Amino acid sequence: MKVSQIIEALSLKVLAGESFLDREVCSGYCCDLLSRVMARGEKGMVWITVQTHMNIVAVATLIEMACIIIPEGIEVERKVLDKAEEEGVIILSSDLTAFELAGKLYQMGIVPVKVR
Amino acid sequence: MTGGYYSIEQVFHVKAGDFASAGEASSQIKKILKQLGIDSTLVRRVSIAAYEAEMNLVIHSVGGELKLKVTPQSIVVTAEDKGPGIPDIDLAMQEGYSTAPEIARELGFGAGMGLPNIKRCADRLNIQSKVGEGTLLEIYFDIKAR
Ligand SMILES: Nc1ncnc2c1ncn2[C@@H]1O[C@H](COP(=O)(O)OP(=O)(O)O)[C@@H](O)[C@H]1O
Ligand SMILES: [Mg+2]
Repeated sequence: MKVSQIIEALSLKVLAGESFLDREVCSGYCCDLLSRVMARGEKGMVWITVQTHMNIVAVATLIEMACIIIPEGIEVERKVLDKAEEEGVIILSSDLTAFELAGKLYQMGIVPVKVR
Repeated sequence: MTGGYYSIEQVFHVKAGDFASAGEASSQIKKILKQLGIDSTLVRRVSIAAYEAEMNLVIHSVGGELKLKVTPQSIVVTAEDKGPGIPDIDLAMQEGYSTAPEIARELGFGAGMGLPNIKRCADRLNIQSKVGEGTLLEIYFDIKAR
C-alpha cells in the first residue's frame, strides 16, 4: 500500500514531503517515546505520534519510515516541516486521535511492527 | 561510490541540551555510510546506535564528541564526554532505567532504552565511565566479508 492511498482513505493533510507520496507502507507503530520507536522501528513503517519537535525528523530519517502521522490536529512548527521537506520525510496530519488512526490503518491491512 | 570501502574518520561535536540540532551527527553518519556503499541493514544498526549515543551526550553529559571510524573490516562509533560520568554502569544498562530530566521526558526522551538499544545493535560495546571525569562509549560493528 502506498502513502497516497492512506492519505486518500483517511483524508489526511500533507504537511511535508508532498513529492514522495508513492512511498510503500509496510507496517505501523504508535508511540511517543523516541527510544522505544528507535528500538521497534522498521523501514517503511507509518509512525503515529503527538511529538512534533525537530527530533522526529531525525528519528524518521534514521529508521527510513514511510511517513509520520500527527493526530488530533496538533500543529507542527514551520521549521520542523522545512527540515522534513529537506530530508524527504513525509509528515501527515489528522483531526482523529492516535487510537482512531491506528484502528483504521489496522483495518486497511497495515500490520503492526514486530515486537522482539 | 563503487569499488569497495576505504578508511575514513570523522568527528562531530555534540552540544549539551541542544535538542534542536540533536540527531544531526547521526544523520550525517548515516549519509556517509550510505555513500560508502555499506550494506543497508548495517547502516541502520550503526545509525540507531549513533543516534542513542548522540542523544545521551545531549541529554546527560556536559557535551562531547561523536566519532565515526570506518575501515574495510569494521565501523567504530565513539562517544566521549567530560562529565558527569555514570556512577553504576550495570544499572544504566538496564532497560527502563533513566535519570533524564523532566524537560527531556516531555520531548519523548528518557525511556531508558538508549544503552540497551546500542548494545542490541552493536557487535561489541565498551563503556568506561568515571564520576567527575566523563564517559567513553566505543561501539564496534564488523563488516562481514562478502
Ligand atoms: N554520556 C552519559 N553521561 C552521563 N550519564 C549517562 C550518559 N549516558 C547515559 N547515562 C546514564 O545512563 C542512563 C541510561 O541511559 P539510556 O539507556 O540511554 O536511557 P535514557 O537516555 O533514556 O535515560 C541515563 O539516564 C543516565 O543516567
Ligand atoms: Mg539515552
